Amino acid sequence: METIFFYLVALVAVLSGLLVISCKNPVNSALGLVNTFFCLAIFYVMLEAPFMAAIQIMVYAGAIMVLILFVIMLLNLGTEVRKRYMHSIAGSATAAALVLAMIVYFVKNGTLSGQVGDVTSEVIANYGHTELIGKALFTEFLLPFEITSILLLVAIIGAVILAKKEA
Amino acid sequence: MYDKLWLIPFFPLLGSVINGLFGKKIKNEKVIGSIATLAIASSFVVSCLCFFTLLDDKVKIHQQVVASWMSIGQLQIDWGFLLDPLSALMIMVVTGVGSLIHLYSIGYMHGEEGFYRFFCYLNLFCFSMLMLVLGNNALVMFVGWEGVGLCSYLLIGYYFEKKSAGDAAKKAFVVNRVGDFGFLLGLFTLFWYLGSEHNVWTVNFVEISQNAHLLPAGGFVVTFVTLCFFLGATGKSAQIPLYTWLPDAMEGPTPVSALIHAATMVTAGVYMIGRMNGLFALAPTTMMVIAIVGAATAIFAASIGLAQNDIKRVLAYSTVSQLGYMFLAMGVGAFTAGVFHLMTHAFFKACLFLGSGSVIHGMHHGYHHAHLHDDPQDMRNMGGLRKKMPITFVTFLVSTIAIAGIPGFSGFFSKDEILWWSFGSNHGSWMLWLVGAIAAGLTAFYMFRLVFMTFFGEQRTDPRAKDHIPESGLTITIPLMVLGVLAVLGGYVGVPAILGGANKIHHYLEPVFGHTIEVNHIAAHGSHSTEIALMATSIAIAVFGIFLAWLMYVKKPELPGKFVGAFTGLHRTIFNKWYVDEIYDALFVNPTKRLGTFFWKGFDVKVVDGIVNGVGALVNLASKGLRYTQSGLVQNYAMTMVLGVIVIAAFYFFG
Amino acid sequence: MISVYHYLVLSAILFSMGTFGVLTRKNAIVIFMCIELMLNSVNLSFIALSRHLGNMDGQVFVFFVMTVAAAEAAVGLALFITLFRNNETIEVDQVNLLKW
Repeated sequence: METIFFYLVALVAVLSGLLVISCKNPVNSALGLVNTFFCLAIFYVMLEAPFMAAIQIMVYAGAIMVLILFVIMLLNLGTEVRKRYMHSIAGSATAAALVLAMIVYFVKNGTLSGQVGDVTSEVIANYGHTELIGKALFTEFLLPFEITSILLLVAIIGAVILAKKEA
Repeated sequence: MYDKLWLIPFFPLLGSVINGLFGKKIKNEKVIGSIATLAIASSFVVSCLCFFTLLDDKVKIHQQVVASWMSIGQLQIDWGFLLDPLSALMIMVVTGVGSLIHLYSIGYMHGEEGFYRFFCYLNLFCFSMLMLVLGNNALVMFVGWEGVGLCSYLLIGYYFEKKSAGDAAKKAFVVNRVGDFGFLLGLFTLFWYLGSEHNVWTVNFVEISQNAHLLPAGGFVVTFVTLCFFLGATGKSAQIPLYTWLPDAMEGPTPVSALIHAATMVTAGVYMIGRMNGLFALAPTTMMVIAIVGAATAIFAASIGLAQNDIKRVLAYSTVSQLGYMFLAMGVGAFTAGVFHLMTHAFFKACLFLGSGSVIHGMHHGYHHAHLHDDPQDMRNMGGLRKKMPITFVTFLVSTIAIAGIPGFSGFFSKDEILWWSFGSNHGSWMLWLVGAIAAGLTAFYMFRLVFMTFFGEQRTDPRAKDHIPESGLTITIPLMVLGVLAVLGGYVGVPAILGGANKIHHYLEPVFGHTIEVNHIAAHGSHSTEIALMATSIAIAVFGIFLAWLMYVKKPELPGKFVGAFTGLHRTIFNKWYVDEIYDALFVNPTKRLGTFFWKGFDVKVVDGIVNGVGALVNLASKGLRYTQSGLVQNYAMTMVLGVIVIAAFYFFG
Repeated sequence: MISVYHYLVLSAILFSMGTFGVLTRKNAIVIFMCIELMLNSVNLSFIALSRHLGNMDGQVFVFFVMTVAAAEAAVGLALFITLFRNNETIEVDQVNLLKW
């Protein structure tokens, strides 16, 4: 049952991804991307990471995609009318296929190793996912966390200056 | 006193630096001249002190190390000075004659452009010469050796705006370089042989002479080494085959000719052989070569001197000829006689050159006054100058008598001793004596020809200029007088025993040459009657030469013309210096030039430049093609990046 | 049962699709969206592996990726606006001043 659900959601995610890369109208692409984000949020839930799923929807599907759509509307971009070049598509497809083949090869043949932690389903059930993330963020990763605030500040200033009409 | 030895070369160096750096600012000729003259005179004072200290000293060889120069393995080379009777005599000559010439130059160079430059070079030259003479090892000597080469280049090319002067300077430098090659080759061979065969790593003269016995006498190595050194000596001392630069060097100002090309620099070769006498005595073949080359040079140069009309050119060939005598002396083992002749020659030849300079100065003054552009050095324009320039005339005459070898004057004693040794020495032969005696006769002839043409007879100067030729000023005449006196008296330190003298110089130089002469059994044999007979013969030849000159140039001035008419071919050959320059041009200079041109046009332009330009063109071409990869399209770059990632990842995982 | 490999392969598919999009699309905003797709596929891998290993570090990393993506979106879109203002287009093959 769960496996079938996984495959279904995965199918939707891949199809929406195809929509993103094939639609001529950027608005359609954006909608496909939103769809993909939702699928990924479902996967996060399945992976017992409800907090990540929540901010996936809020930050990505909500904030970033709205921003992108806003810009698309603002610039009033129509459909891509210029014809695409077949050889460029073929080349890109080869490159992408190579990347895919390689990753799949690594996944199949590589050994999966890493620092094993003690977060099991029971721990998550007992403490709650948000609390675990919070603990990690505010203890072990406090400094990077604070630094991201500076990054965001810089991004805000940069965006304002760039988008400002020149005097 | 010996620890003050470094002061001797130091003073001229200081003077040179001062005049070189600030001379342009000082401008005042008197100050510049005084600085330079004072510098060399101070050296002379120190030299005198050293000389007299050494005279009274029991130990005759002193070394003083100022600083370490380089230390390589077992080889230790110092900035060291060596004072022994030979170098003491040399520094006396160099600084003494040098001081007089500096003084003379103040008057002679008056009003010349680049006055300070001249004195800077002159002092630098004295410094180099003193380094050459005082160096206690061959490398310090080589520094001086090259230094005098450089300074002679600078001084010969003093009038560098004249093409002939520039050419003469280059010629002197290049010809000297050939000799330097020989010097270095000899030094390296000696160093290598002593070091690798006997583990004596040294270039120090004292150590070399102490270890000279390690070289097999008459063997190939010592012969090769000494022949190489002799090649160096022929370059510096203007012997066959490398003498051609010296006559051309007369392009420089006259004091330069007097200092470099008469009294000091050209004696470097003789000095070097004297310094290495222990080696040379071991190589009889080399000694023979030296004697033959010396004798040949003596007579060859004298024959050229017969037909020259330029007053300085005659003196130049006379210098070459006299140097030939010195080498003849060295070659027959008469080291003392050679050095003795070196000294007396320095006196009278400096006096002759300075006298000729005084004459030229006067002639130039006359022509300048009359706005004429005749050649002030051509003897055919002179004549009868003895009344106009009495002091110059007297000193010149005295020196001429000295060089001609008339008894009682310095040249007689030294030249006669050389001739006696060339006959009686176990290295000598009667043929060498004969050549030397004939050369002496020729010398007497052409020197008196010079005197008669210049100072006697009708004045042939342009009438507009003839009454405006004054006697030179005091700065010029004082050195002349001093040198004139020395030209007479200088010989009395070496009066031979047969004339009742003590031959002091022989005794004085004993510590330097005595050992060599004793070990190698060099001696002159012969009865007193033979010696007297030879002496009388050479005097007779000299007097005959003088008489002939008087006959041809005073008594019957039409004779030379007839003579030339009778022997046109011979005269032309001698007048053109036996066409040696032309032969050298054809044999060496032009082929070298052609080779150089070939390498320039064929090799350098095509191959070397071709490679360089080709590399440049290749890079250009490659980048012309490669720049199209910079399409400016972001997606091309992204594509490249993806491919790069794939390759790197593949390499990382599969490689 | 769904293993971590399922997620990883799905992530790989999404990633290569994103790559293809970046390489073929001309519209800068679409390219930007393709990059977001690639980032998300990586995020999926992170979370899947984090769960598999029982370690929260991967999820914290996803958090940071999201932050960077947000910053990137702000600056990138501002750049597009400026670009559009100057060139009347945001098609990347029209913008090729930096060439030979």
